Amino acid sequence: MNRVVITGMGIVAPNAIGLAAYCRALCEGASGISFSPKMKELDLGCQVAGVPQISDQVVHTYGGSDLFRHSNSSMKYSVIAALECWRDAGMHLPGSDSSTDWNTAAIIGTCVGGIDTIGDFVVPETNAGRARRLGSSAAERTMGSCMSAYVGGQLGLGGQVTTNSSACATGTEAIVNAYWMIREGRIGRVLAGSSEGAAVYLWACLDAMRVTMRKSNDCPRSASRPLSATAGGLVPSGGAGILMLENMASAQSRKARIYAEVLGGHSNAGGQRNGGSITASNPEGVVRCVQEALDVARTNPSEIDYINGHLTGTGGDTREIRCLASALQRPLRDMPWVNSTKSMIGHGLGASGSMECVAAVLQLAHGFIHPSLNCEDFHPDIADLAPKVPQVSIQAPCRLALKTSFGFGDVNSCVVLRRWDD
Amino acid sequence: MSRDEIRNTFFDLLRPYVRMEDPGRMTESSLLVEDLGVNSTRFVDVVLETEDRFKIRVENEDIDRFRRVSDAIDFILERRPA
Repeated sequence: MNRVVITGMGIVAPNAIGLAAYCRALCEGASGISFSPKMKELDLGCQVAGVPQISDQVVHTYGGSDLFRHSNSSMKYSVIAALECWRDAGMHLPGSDSSTDWNTAAIIGTCVGGIDTIGDFVVPETNAGRARRLGSSAAERTMGSCMSAYVGGQLGLGGQVTTNSSACATGTEAIVNAYWMIREGRIGRVLAGSSEGAAVYLWACLDAMRVTMRKSNDCPRSASRPLSATAGGLVPSGGAGILMLENMASAQSRKARIYAEVLGGHSNAGGQRNGGSITASNPEGVVRCVQEALDVARTNPSEIDYINGHLTGTGGDTREIRCLASALQRPLRDMPWVNSTKSMIGHGLGASGSMECVAAVLQLAHGFIHPSLNCEDFHPDIADLAPKVPQVSIQAPCRLALKTSFGFGDVNSCVVLRRWDD
Repeated sequence: MSRDEIRNTFFDLLRPYVRMEDPGRMTESSLLVEDLGVNSTRFVDVVLETEDRFKIRVENEDIDRFRRVSDAIDFILERRPA
């Protein structure tokens, strides 16, 4: 069995574009949530969101406007993050006439992919009898695998190039899937992660369910409140996180810089039984997912120093914390450090797991725990956990981190990461 | 609109689709796919932009006439409202 390491990362997040800026934003507790005129115009209850700010300079750096001519926001985010990840891993960007790279795969997941293309363009044009005006790229922008296909073409990838979709567990699930591919020797490297466009049509669906935050439209920075007594719902966002997972031996042979080792991971489902449903987790499924990930990682629950939680700012937060405490068999006061990256970047839905994995790896590598914003009024039902949730950035040289993600469909995915010391 | 103006406008709309080292070497006799490297899948986008820029309609059966730049210019001159 091969050991699996992380040798590169790329990030497009609501509070920063690029690794250095993201690391700084996390450390400083910089919120990426802002008022959305579009959501107000559409009369949504929630009118704040996290939208990555892609400057012309970034577009120029990552291929220029020609590259993005036939794309949508989820494709754009994924390509920018993937190209940054590729360079960060010390790889040369191949030209369009280079040979195919048969040793690298891509698993880039999403919740809904190109829904902005479908909503803004394909449906209105088709319903107006103008299907002939859709052009050549409507199909490639609406297929579920639009992001992985786009990235695979830019980098000439010849391993499996695919898109997974497991709602809000998608990003972490992609990393777990990539881990197994490398561990079992099926491929040398995998670009793993996920992307979600700034997709107002998806956000409208969540708004209709009344699971979005509606009480903080005049104060965007305070809207995402995981672990707070006044958490009122999730704040939707978009973005992309991509990680280069690589066979440790090949990474070392090419003298690649290593951020962390992926010690193990697991994905499962709760069967929508025992309190689970299409929108809620079966607690037993969550506990089993964490414990199985720890088993695969050959890690004792007491060794976990830090948890980057799913923690969305909904009623699910307290249930999640209880499940994590149960899985680790540790009382709340003796839990590892816990934080919610969503407190800064909102809920990136399909992109959340990968953007948060990038955050977890950066914290391990740089020895800090970022603040969990907006939980100064900590939820009383889990009060004993409060000292373990930093409200300002702290220095904390953690060795092992657990990243958890859960999604509609009662699906779960967890990954165990180890700081690289060698 | 003169033939020169139509040619220059057509070159402008064509430029993002051209895959040759020096797009300045485009001429009226250039073959759109073979010489200029316009991706055959993207050809339909060139046609749609031609419709928009010159306010004409290009039917599917007309697309086959667009082999060289000069074919497109002839077609536009023929169909463009006076």
